[in-house]
Amino acid sequence: MAMNGKGEELDASKLKVLEYDGIVVGGGGSGLMASLQLAQSGFKTAVVSKVFPTRSHTVSAQGGITCAIQSADPDDDWRWHMYDTVKGSDFIGDQDSIEYMCQEGPKAVFELEHMGLPFSRTEEGKIYQRAFGGQSKDYGKGGQAERTCAAADRTGHALLHTLYQANLKAGTNFLSEWFAVDLVKNGDNQVVGVIAFEIETGEPYFLKSKATVLATGGAGRIYQTTSNAMINTGDGTGMVLRAGFPVQDMEMWQFHPTGIYGHGTLVTEGCRGEGGYLVNKDGERFMERYAPNYKDLASRDVVARSMMLEILEGRGCGPNADHVYLKLDHLGPEIVHKRLPGITELSKTFAHVDPVEHPIPVVPTCHYAMGGIPTNVHGQVLTQATDGTDNVVHGLYAAGEAACVSVHGGNRLGGNSLLDLIVFGRSAGLHIENSLKDGITLSKATNDDIDQALVNLNRVNISSTGEDVASIKSELQKNMQLNFGVFRTGDLMEKGLVELENIREKTQNIHLTDKSSRFNTARVEALELLNLMEVAQATAVSANERKESRGAHARDDFQDRDDENWLKHSIYFADTKEVTKRDVNFRPKIVQAFQPIVRSY
Amino acid sequence: MDAIASKSISSINLSIYRYDPDSGKKPFMQDLLIDIPEGQDIMVLDLLNIAKEQDPSISFRRSCGEGVCGSDGMNINGKNGLGCITPLSEALRGNKIVLRPLPGLPVIKDLIVDMKQFVDQYKKIKPYLINDEEKPEKEIKQSVEEREKLDGLYECIMCGCCSTACPSFWWNPDKFLGPAALLQAHRFISDSRDTATEERLDQLEDAFSVFKCHGIMNCVSVCPKGLNPTKAINEIKKKLVKRAL
Repeated sequence: MAMNGKGEELDASKLKVLEYDGIVVGGGGSGLMASLQLAQSGFKTAVVSKVFPTRSHTVSAQGGITCAIQSADPDDDWRWHMYDTVKGSDFIGDQDSIEYMCQEGPKAVFELEHMGLPFSRTEEGKIYQRAFGGQSKDYGKGGQAERTCAAADRTGHALLHTLYQANLKAGTNFLSEWFAVDLVKNGDNQVVGVIAFEIETGEPYFLKSKATVLATGGAGRIYQTTSNAMINTGDGTGMVLRAGFPVQDMEMWQFHPTGIYGHGTLVTEGCRGEGGYLVNKDGERFMERYAPNYKDLASRDVVARSMMLEILEGRGCGPNADHVYLKLDHLGPEIVHKRLPGITELSKTFAHVDPVEHPIPVVPTCHYAMGGIPTNVHGQVLTQATDGTDNVVHGLYAAGEAACVSVHGGNRLGGNSLLDLIVFGRSAGLHIENSLKDGITLSKATNDDIDQALVNLNRVNISSTGEDVASIKSELQKNMQLNFGVFRTGDLMEKGLVELENIREKTQNIHLTDKSSRFNTARVEALELLNLMEVAQATAVSANERKESRGAHARDDFQDRDDENWLKHSIYFADTKEVTKRDVNFRPKIVQAFQPIVRSY
Repeated sequence: MDAIASKSISSINLSIYRYDPDSGKKPFMQDLLIDIPEGQDIMVLDLLNIAKEQDPSISFRRSCGEGVCGSDGMNINGKNGLGCITPLSEALRGNKIVLRPLPGLPVIKDLIVDMKQFVDQYKKIKPYLINDEEKPEKEIKQSVEEREKLDGLYECIMCGCCSTACPSFWWNPDKFLGPAALLQAHRFISDSRDTATEERLDQLEDAFSVFKCHGIMNCVSVCPKGLNPTKAINEIKKKLVKRAL
């Protein structure tokens, strides 16, 4: 029975049921890596994606995958990469996860190459690697490293298409243009699948599975200006919070230094890796003042804040002095066209500037969520008991930007997101594969359990009066931009939190005017708004609670890092709207843990 | 940009194809007057987003908003293109713009077409690397020159603008593979790491798959990524002919 204009309420008896060994929600890099692992092992696997998989936001990743594959430098070492990542995270990245990612990375990158990913090449025919921000040799003592594996400046596109192709070969079932609404949880707090509907027909389903992977990506659309695709609405995060599980470090949002002014579209850090640099209105290369050693290749949080300070102190460019310039024109047409062809296109389209001749106007743009659904290195979702201990949520996994296995901590290094996707997508797939082989027993969901997962969808479907989706969304985005941006302060955040409560009340009362069944994008957008709301509130509460400055979280009223109180993850539950703390992992298996030091570049 | 806030406004006459199979009505062109912020050259997709705020039932696909995901292929004033990277200044005739779904594929709703035929043709060419040799511990080596052969081929975003602009694809969407799938075929034929070149060519050796391309070159003129499927198709044809001699 498709959802229709009569606004009928759905219950468990009206759903079709499909059953799989493993369900992956999300068709981006981490999702397709997890599904590939399962499908290749012969398990019946479905990818549930609200867009055709190659439309997922991984496709927009430009610069590359950071990984010590020893191509540019035969002496490169994954331990140096680990050191950089721990330092980049401002010491709240979990060191067991970071160690796993940096050590396993090369294997995963070569696997992708064997699948056909068209990496750029060196003269010796090896994978090309470029310099990216925050990269060093010899634990910060050996100067700038070149560690980011690239396919021109279209690495994400090349990676996503390669993974989609490999999944076709492996026989993955694609439920393409299906929208996952909510998790189905049984009486034992285990997850046994999701409620989803086929967007084309409006037909609702219970997708039943022994393992559900949330690979739903980021949620940058909580902000007004973002590099994120319009589909990045934090759907998995919303589902987890509504199911009563927590999220972690949601205050940690990365603002990427080089968003195209006036549009938010990104130009890669690889531009600076290839020798580009930022200038203010006086033509000064100002990063030399803020980061004397790494200059324009300091960590992203550092560069974004420096740009904002230049602008706030009146040295911005343009008639409103509200942006700075990214200079590439000194590199010459050959480098720009060969290494940065996609940037050239984007810059011409959105900034009306040919970077070979003129600098690109740029301003920091919301780019990446370091926080997300807490997991262990196997992708198993964690919840926190009242005494503070971690418990695994059986049946539920998360990977990629939606997850917080915490390899990025307070700030992600460029090129580490693609590595995170493939390493932890794969590890979730591997864990599910092994668990399926050992046998998974989850208790059944009752009809009441299923009805519980239909509450939100029903609320939207039967609404007859109420608030307009587009205007609430715009209010929410403005509030986040204004009160929870690059620089934060208690007063503004308190104000923003009150405003968010008002907005939440409105979302309780949204009105879906178009109730048609076929390809109803208005229904999808209404449900997405409910997810954005959950993410925004988690962000706001956690940001106000973390009374220090660390990584991407910069407070005017608490300007220093406070290791005594906040060398911790923040954990947020939606039902209490309260934040608790969780210990950061300082127990890597092979190397000695890196202890917190003053972070300078 | 998501929300375009400005006080000075001008208006655009948007004529948009509307179809909802649930309504029982035939497809029709709806005329809307859309206010846009003055002094900004917004994209066609921005215009659609503003229109959707007025009427949430208007349906179209969109995702990245920067021309890399391939969601919003549509017919803009008679020419296929991506809404998100086509500026109004380029698309407008006077202050009028006509938006229709990509031609030649079944319409699901408004600007949303059923891409099944398109994707099925893509799947037919085995769009993945085939390499039966034992894998090295590290990467399979490829020279800079060998890698350069993939430029202009691997960048396809599968938006469907080319195949749905191709008369040969309109007549034989099941038998002629179409420019997008053939571009992909050539991407794998050209890859020094692929060991299945002969099998790939075998599969293309019939009267329809490749040879229904008559070099009309609509694909080249509409490709939003500036790719040249006709050239790739000609390369395949040359290889097939050379093999037959």
